[in-house]
Order: sequence, then C-alpha cells, then structure tokens
Amino acid sequence: MNTFSSWSHDRASSANMATEDLPSDFDIVILGTGLTESVVAAACSRVGQRVLHLDRRSYYAGNWASFTFNGLLTWIQEQNEEPKPEEVRDWSGLTEEGEELIHLSQADSASITNLQVFSYVSEEEEEEEAANTTEEEKAADEEAVKESSETESADSKEDDEEEEGAGEEEEQPAQAEGEEPEVDQPRPSPSSQSEPSRKKISYAQLVKEGRRYNIDLVSKLLFSRGSLVDLLIKSNVSRYAEFKNVTRILTYRHGNIEQVPCSRADVFASRQLSVVEKRKLMRFLTSCVEETEEQTAYHGRPYLEFLQDQQLGDNLQHFLLHSIAMAAEDTPTEEGLASTRHFLRSLGRYGNTPFLFPVYGLGEIPQCFCRMSAVFGGIYCLRHSVHCLIVDRDANRCKAVIDSRGQRISCSHIVMETSYLDRSKVATPSRFLSRAVLITDSSVLPSESDQQISMVTVPPEGGSPAVKMVELSPSSMTCIPGTYLVHLTCRSVGSAHQDLSPLVTRMFRTTESQEEDRRPSVLWSLYFNMADGTASQVEGQPLPSNVHICHGPDSALGHEDAVQQAASIFQSILPEEEFCPPAPNPEDIVYDGDNTSTGEDRGDMGQDDEQNPEQNQNQENRNQNEENQNQENPDPEQNQNQGNPELQSVGPEERPASS
Amino acid sequence: MHGRVKVKTTAQQEEEKRKEREKKLKVYVAARDACFSKRKDGVFDDEALQLTQQLLSANPDFATLWNYRREILTHLETVKDEDEAQKIYEAELSFLESCLKVNPKSYGSWHHRGWVSARLPRPDWARELRLCDRCLSLDDRNFHCWDYRRMVVKMSSVPVKQELEFTDRLIGSNFSNYSSWHYRSTLLPLLHPGSPEPPPSRCDGDPPHSCSPPSPQTHFHRVCEEQLLKEYELVQNAFFTDPNDQSAWFYYRWLLGRAEREEMISCAYVSREQERVAVAFSRPVNAQSGSLLLVLDGQPQRVEWRSVHPHFKHSPVWICDLPPGTISDIANEHNLTVHWTEKHTHRDCALYTGRSESWCRDTATDLELFRSELSVEKTSVLQSELQSVNQLQELEPLNKWCLLTIILLMRALDPLGYEKETLAHFQTLKEVDSMRSAYYSDLCSKFMIENTILKMEYAEVRVFSISDRNLTTLCHLDQLLLVTHINLSSNQLRRLPPQFAMLQCLEVVEADNNSIENLEGVYHLPKLEEVSLKNNKISTLADLQPLASCPKLRRLDLRGNPVTQTANVESELAELLPSVADLLL
Repeated sequence: MNTFSSWSHDRASSANMATEDLPSDFDIVILGTGLTESVVAAACSRVGQRVLHLDRRSYYAGNWASFTFNGLLTWIQEQNEEPKPEEVRDWSGLTEEGEELIHLSQADSASITNLQVFSYVSEEEEEEEAANTTEEEKAADEEAVKESSETESADSKEDDEEEEGAGEEEEQPAQAEGEEPEVDQPRPSPSSQSEPSRKKISYAQLVKEGRRYNIDLVSKLLFSRGSLVDLLIKSNVSRYAEFKNVTRILTYRHGNIEQVPCSRADVFASRQLSVVEKRKLMRFLTSCVEETEEQTAYHGRPYLEFLQDQQLGDNLQHFLLHSIAMAAEDTPTEEGLASTRHFLRSLGRYGNTPFLFPVYGLGEIPQCFCRMSAVFGGIYCLRHSVHCLIVDRDANRCKAVIDSRGQRISCSHIVMETSYLDRSKVATPSRFLSRAVLITDSSVLPSESDQQISMVTVPPEGGSPAVKMVELSPSSMTCIPGTYLVHLTCRSVGSAHQDLSPLVTRMFRTTESQEEDRRPSVLWSLYFNMADGTASQVEGQPLPSNVHICHGPDSALGHEDAVQQAASIFQSILPEEEFCPPAPNPEDIVYDGDNTSTGEDRGDMGQDDEQNPEQNQNQENRNQNEENQNQENPDPEQNQNQGNPELQSVGPEERPASS
Repeated sequence: MHGRVKVKTTAQQEEEKRKEREKKLKVYVAARDACFSKRKDGVFDDEALQLTQQLLSANPDFATLWNYRREILTHLETVKDEDEAQKIYEAELSFLESCLKVNPKSYGSWHHRGWVSARLPRPDWARELRLCDRCLSLDDRNFHCWDYRRMVVKMSSVPVKQELEFTDRLIGSNFSNYSSWHYRSTLLPLLHPGSPEPPPSRCDGDPPHSCSPPSPQTHFHRVCEEQLLKEYELVQNAFFTDPNDQSAWFYYRWLLGRAEREEMISCAYVSREQERVAVAFSRPVNAQSGSLLLVLDGQPQRVEWRSVHPHFKHSPVWICDLPPGTISDIANEHNLTVHWTEKHTHRDCALYTGRSESWCRDTATDLELFRSELSVEKTSVLQSELQSVNQLQELEPLNKWCLLTIILLMRALDPLGYEKETLAHFQTLKEVDSMRSAYYSDLCSKFMIENTILKMEYAEVRVFSISDRNLTTLCHLDQLLLVTHINLSSNQLRRLPPQFAMLQCLEVVEADNNSIENLEGVYHLPKLEEVSLKNNKISTLADLQPLASCPKLRRLDLRGNPVTQTANVESELAELLPSVADLLL
C-alpha cells in the first residue's frame, strides 16, 4: 500500500512538510481514490488540468482497496469503531459575501455492514499433531466464533438483531455437519489417499506472513475485451500493472465442481462432454456471435427458453446460462445473448478464459490510474479531506473547498465519492452485495497445476442468489503458498453470512471432519455487506452542477460501470477533451528548451532526480517475485518489456515541485 | 508550463529513422566487403568471426557468411583443444539464439545450429530440446524447428513416449496443428506397433491358380488396435469440436489408412498368335532395367521388354515379343515363367495344346484390389467409425470433410452395397465445394470403375461396361489387361489416355456420346477390330493417327464428329487406315 508514499503528499507521514500549505488554486478537486475517481483524476491530469486528489483514509482505493492480512485486520477494527462525533467548526471567516457552505461527512457512511470474522486455525504455532481430538478443535472454533462476534460492528439496532440470529445459525450447521454427513457431498472411496497430516497453517503464521496477502474488498475480474482493459491499453496505464489470465471457469453443480468448457481447446479436451455435445456447444457459440432472425424472435422472452429450444441438453444449457452468460432464469434473451457475446469476444485474447486478474490484487488498478495522474502533475494527499464546499449562491456553483486543515482552495470542479456527502444527503442504499473472503488450504478442484486462478459460478438454488466465486492461488501474489484466497460475491438477500455461509459449509470444511473429506478447509473467513454503488442516490437539495458524484463498486463481475461512470464525468467536466489519450513513451518526451536529449539525460531539469529508495526496493522485490511467473500484460505491444524499467524513472522526475 | 510533455512529430521521427538507416547500411556494406576480402585471402581469425557475427545478426539469411563462419570454426577446431572448442561452439549457440529471436524462421540459422550441435564436443541435447519446446510454444507450426527437433530427438535418443506426450500437449492447446498430428503418426507405430501379420500362407504348385509369394514388406506403419481406438477418440473430439479444421481429418485418414499393396506380378498373359507375353504388376515398375526374366519351357529367353506406350518409363504393364516360331505351333504345350528377380517373385503360366492364349493371375478379390484404401483389421471398428461420422453429418450436413470421410468409410466397408449413398454424397460434395467439383468427379469416376471391375470379376467375364456414369477420367486400366470388349458410352470422357494401351486383348471399343478429342491410348492394340466413337469431338485427321497402329482395325464409326466435315475425309481416311473396311461417317 505504501508504493505511492514517495510521490503522494502524505503529510502525516512527512513531518517536515507538515506545516506546508497546498497550492490554493486547482482546476479539479477529487475526493476518494476509488476506481472511478482515480480514472477521472488520470484523465483530467493527462489533458493538463491541475488536479488535487484527496482521500481521508490512510490507504488508496476506498472500497476498491486490497489489504495485506494485517491491513485487513486493521480495516476490520476501523469498521467497528464508533464514528467520532463530527466536529462543527465555524468557517465563516473563510467565506465571502454570497457564499454558502455545504458540509461534508468526515467519516465513512454505512457502506460496510454486518462484518463477521471466523477463524478456524489455532492461535499458536502447532506441533505436528495430525489427528487432533475433535473436542479440542471444536472448543477452539467456538472460542474463535465467540471472539469474532465481539468484534462485529454495531452499525444499527436492526443489524444487531440480525447478527445475533446469524451467530446462532453459524454454529448450527457446523454441528450438523460434524454429526451427519451431507447427502449431496460426493464420498470419495476410503482408499483414495488424503494426506494424513495436511500441514496446518496457524494464525500466527497468517499474521507473520500477512504482508504477502492482497485481499480485495470487491471481487471483480477484467473482461479481456472489456472497457477497463481497453482503457488500460489506450491510456498506457497498463505499464504500471501486470496481469494473469484466469486459468479456468468452473461451476458448482449437483454438489460437484465441474470445469466449464468454453474455449475451443477446452471443448476439445473436455472429458465430460460427448462428441455430439461438443459439436452442439461449438455450433451454438459460433452461431450466437452474430445476430440472427431466430434470436430476434426470442426478444423479450427468457434466455432460458431460447436455450431450451436449441436442444442442447442439460449440461450445455447449464454452462451457457450460468457460467457463460451468467444470467438468471428470467433474464431476457437479448440480454443473455449480449453477455454471452461479451464473454466470447473476450475469450482467447490472452488465453483460454475471457478474464484477467491483476497480479497483487484489484487494489492495484485505482493506484495505477493515480500514478498516471501524478505523472501528469496531480497532487496526492492521503488522510486529508475536505470539510465543506463553498458554493456561489447566485451561480449555484462550487467555487472552492475548505480542506481538513482549514485551507481554502479554489477549484472549478469537484468530484467525490458518495461517502463524502453528508449522510443526510444520501438515501440509505437499497441494495447490498454480500461478500465473503476465505483463506483455505487447497483448491476446490485440485489439478496438476497448483497455479490455477479459477472463476466459479454457483447458480441460484432454492431462493438463494447466484454466487460468483473467484479462487486465487499464490501465483496471483495475493496469498501465501499453501493457501488459497477465495472471494464470494452475491446480491444480498439477508446478511452476508446468511447469504453465503450455507454455500461455504457445503463446499468447504469448516470443522474437523472425517479424514476422507477432501474438501478444502477454511482457515479464516470474513463476511460483510457492501452497499451496491448503483443503488446509492443523492437526496434532498440538488448539488451544484460542478459537483460530480461517483458511486462505489457495483455488483457486476466486470468493471464496465466504473469506467463508464468516469468517462461520463470527464465528458461533463471537459466536453472538448479526449478521454485518456495514450501517454507518450518516456523516450518520446521532449522537454522545453531541450531539443537534443531524448529523455535519457534529464538531470538538467533542476529537479529532484533522486529516486525514492523505498519505491525502488519495492519494485525490485516485486520483480523478483514475479520471475518465472507467466504474466499477462494487457497491452500486446508491451509484452516484451515486463518489469518495465521506465516505471521507476517516470514518477519522481515528473513529480511536481512541492512548493 | 513546466515539465509539460511534447510528443515528437512524425516527420521528425521519420527523418531520424532515415538517417539511422543510412548509417546502418554504410556500416553493413563495409563489413560485408571486409568479410569477402578476408575469405578470399583465406583468413580464419577471430576478427572474421566477429565481422560475420555482426553481419549475420543483422541478416541471418546470408548463406555465404554462414559458410565462411563454418570454415573459420572448423579451422579453429584444429588449432584449439577440446575445452576451448567447446567454449567457442557454445558461444556460437548463444549467438544463434539471438539470430533466431530476430527471425525464428531463418533457414541459415537453423541449419547452422544443426551443424554446430553435431560438432559440439559435449553437446547439451536437453538444452536444445528446451529450445525447441520454447520455439514451438511461440509458433507451433515452425517447420524449421520441427526439423531441428527431430534431429535433436534422434541424436539424444529422447524416449518416444516423451515425444508423444509432447504432441499431446501441443494438440491439447491447439489441435489445428498438422505438424503435431503428423509427428504422432510417426511416433505411434514405434511405441505401439501393430501385431505382425500372420505369415502369408504359402501354396506350392497348383497352377494355374498360383499363390501370392511371401511378401518382403509387412505392414509397417501400423498401430496396435487398442491404441488405435484411443486415437480415434482423440481425433473425433477434434473434428466434432471443429469439423472445418482439416488437420484432424487428415490424421483420421491416416489412422484409417492402409499400408502399401504388396509388390507382385499380378497377371501374366501369353498369346500364341501374336507370340507375345504381357505382364501386369501391382504397381508401376521399370522393367527395362533387366530385372525381368522370361523362362520358356525351362529355357531363359532373350527378349526385349517394352511398356505399352512410349509415354511410360514406369508402367504396371509390360510386353515382349517372343522369337518368331517359338510358340506358334498350336499342337504344342508350353510352360512360361516370368521372374521378377529384384523382388524375388515369379509367376507361372501354361499355354495348353489347342489354346490360342492363356493367362495366370490372382483371383482378385475386392479386398485386395481396392478396399485396402482403408484397412482396419476389424469391420466392426470401421462400422462404428462410420456411425459416429454419420452422427456428425446429421449435425453438419454440408461439411465436406465429413462427407468425404463417410464415402471412404463406406467404400472400405462395402463398396457395392453403399454405391447409391456414395453417389448421393458425391453429388452433395460437388454442390457444397464447387471449387473442387472436378476432383470429386474424378474420384467418383475412380470408384465407379472399381465397382464395375468388381462386378466384372464376380461375373468372370471379359466385358467391361460402364456407360452413363458421368465418368470424367479413366483409371485402373492395368486391371483390364484381359478385357476384350469395353463400353464407355454416354460419359464425359475427353480422351482415351495412353494407359488405354494396356488393354492388350481389346477387340471392341464403344465410346459413343462422350467428348473425346484425343485417341492417344488406342495404340498398338494387336486385336482391336471395332471402334465406335459416335458423337464425340474428334476434329482432325491427325487425331485419328494412333488408330493406324492397330493392324486389325476394320470397323470405325465416326458419325457425329467434327472431323467428318473435313474435305476429302473419306479418301484421306482410306489412306491413313487401309485396314478399315467398314467406315461410318
């Protein structure tokens, strides 16, 4: 998370700068460093706008962030803290005649709720004791559960009640499982070897190696031909990140995990499809790329109906509906076909699945855009916010802000994340996402390679919503070897725990059970609800027209919503300018009054040319880690320069003079 | 504004590039000239090595420079000890790697690498194999690399199994890769050889039904059945996934395919009147090389073998004339043996008293003749293959590969029984793949001729009749050595090709209603008496010239041909073909 401390004006951390004031005039002030805000920041800086980008948190990316294990524990603690009473100060000394104040919120609004943590690992470094007495384990479990419920947040009275109920429920299935085997669970024959002593990972180890975790708050993937990949390539931001192909698409069906054949090579290799099914599937996939009259005839009718009429059989229908279109049974045909096409267009661009995942987690992406913004002069401050907006009463335009240190900063546009608005101005979100994060000890579908990154679709069943699950292996640089990081996401019906724990107990071991149970064990889990950004609404008095609101993460798998939102905000601020044009390569940059150098000797800039050692260190470490990893880079032309050396050289030089 | 970026204009860049290129060219030309003069002077030093390296990294396909480099290296090898040579060659390999990065399909670089690897005192084949793996993962159809890989595999005795697994991997990632499928076809017979054929039963004596001599060529390139079934499954997965990908279909053809036909003398024929012997082989041979020996009544004969038409150096049918008077007396019985010394095989033929001709040949079965096109041991296997391909055809009724494969399977199973379906499929093929309709017509003609030959064999007659079958070409004429009457009427033939001269016993030709304009093959047919060519396209007298070589021709029907409009046609023909008594114009 501290990658950017070198160039961000993180005042709290640099004591000698603590007394410095920010410039008092900017074109655009942006609050919040989530994906949308960061893209807007990069786009505006790129076309020469003076951007001040602030976040009141101590980390980048807001609800889009990735945390180390320890960072996540801190975040959990923060979520549980009582919000400090908002200090009301009188700013009238900074305002002029005809100006009004709009106060902003100084704490996060209720975007995260129902936080619950469960730990299934022993606290202490454990001796090699293979078959522990179950009682002891159970006691430990219960203790963990008890302990974690103490840390639960108390967001509102309603939530409290819900949580109590949830807590009871959690113990119930755990017991039930210990006593009677679940019916739909495949029973492997006793002869099949389950490692007699699976090496146990202790809590202490998780904490000790916690730095190697990168745990995302939102779980999304990049469609290889989605708008985010296009934007990364077009803007040249791709040079700041590296990506891996999701290696397989899985689905949970009849209590089993199955691989979904979606590429030509998958279909060819699939053992579960008959040759006739292979042909039918290939034919369907080829035919639905183009719109036909037959398809048009189904418009308005469910996609499921269309699929049924294609005589594909149950297998294929399941794959096509739930895993490829990721549609519900009542999704209309035109929508189902559109998402199928989106999937297929992305397929094969970088590999056998349509998805990319950023190495080191999704939290990298907003930071990459922040970096691009900083390269083009954007100024960054964390733990820094804005108390209020100053609005010109007559023009109904915001003309300045007062920052958290009482400085008046004028600007012509404000972009902010919803949570910066005073609570009274935001409606309680009507929709939530249910999230679960699990650290497990093995893959849901072990294979020859232990480097799989899997996307798992779980179709809706008996009233429970469809769940999207992403299982990350250590190769994604998000967890330590020997563990897997599993993200589950669905639209909330109840609390995250109510929505997701039944599935978790079906797919994973949460208690010590029979030896032949080969399901992965959960070592640690976190449940929480996050407001669905697309459901947030601004209430009351309309905001001035130059105040632009970004909502948080949506529930879709891709990043289309955030990119689209950023593009439309950018358009309304700068309708004449291009959105994120390609950044020039450093070697093509010519500096004013310097016609000879081609960017290699830039020492004469009179700028601080010293590269930040910490940053270099960081970069080197990463490069080392990445060695021998087969990494994807979304820009085909960039593929040769992995571990891009330009990365280090661009930042510091381009850093704007600090005063 | 401070630190603001400007991007260079393209004109600026262009100019810079141009200058750069000019500079480069100068350096290149100078180095090249230096190399040439050094080579002329016979200098083999390190500087030359450096110069060529510099040039070759810019242009790895400069063969002369590679040659020079090899000269230098062989020279250095003589003056350095083994360790030094090893070092030099290792440096050469890493230099080559950089060349291959620039152009992975450079003939020069790959050839040189092969040369270096073979000379390396302590070669590291494992490393070479990894290089091949890497190159093929970048481009799985780089045939240079495939070649080099085969060399590496051979030199370092990589287990066949390992290589087969390698093709598994490549096919798994992309099955549109004929190189991998082909490589499989060379590996499988080594790893899973088919059981050796039961030795062909030897029969002694019993003429005139002679036996097939033991074949020196067993069916190699065969794969054991268990593995074959696995391969069928694999390749079916491929063509069901993508029926338009030809590589899988080609491999499938190979799997179903056959070994070559046994080499033998399939027929020997002797005619008392012409005092002539004709011999048919199972494949075209050149009998002039002295490998054929004719023994008559225990006496080797000095005869001159000739092919039936001067057009052929290699031919399946050869003839010779016996010295006059040797067998002309009808009261004598003669025993003939033709030895094919090269292949240690022979065929006997007895000309009994009172007989004007005699022959000896295999009782040809359909299996021996044509079915071996696809020769899987068990019909049941073929039957189930036909079933699954038919299943695919139901899903993809217009897929040409599928249709063609069905036709081949049907022929392998029962050519006569499936004749109707075969013809229907050919019709569809010509429609869906009109670019190749002529190919399909020819193939269909071939199959129709085969069927007709089979029917003729079953009927044990010497009449070959195949009228109104849309024939576009004639083939298998070597099988018709003994035919006396041929009816080719109402087809789409345009010529009677030189092979037609193999019909040594032919007396009557009916070829009305075709588009024949060329009679090249009606050449020295000793017994030919009647030729009917009504409604064809013979337009000049010169086209009829070959007929003049047939001494017994007495009836010729040319009605409906353009040539009949020629002035003085009657008198001209009388002069050209004096034997013809019955001329219809």
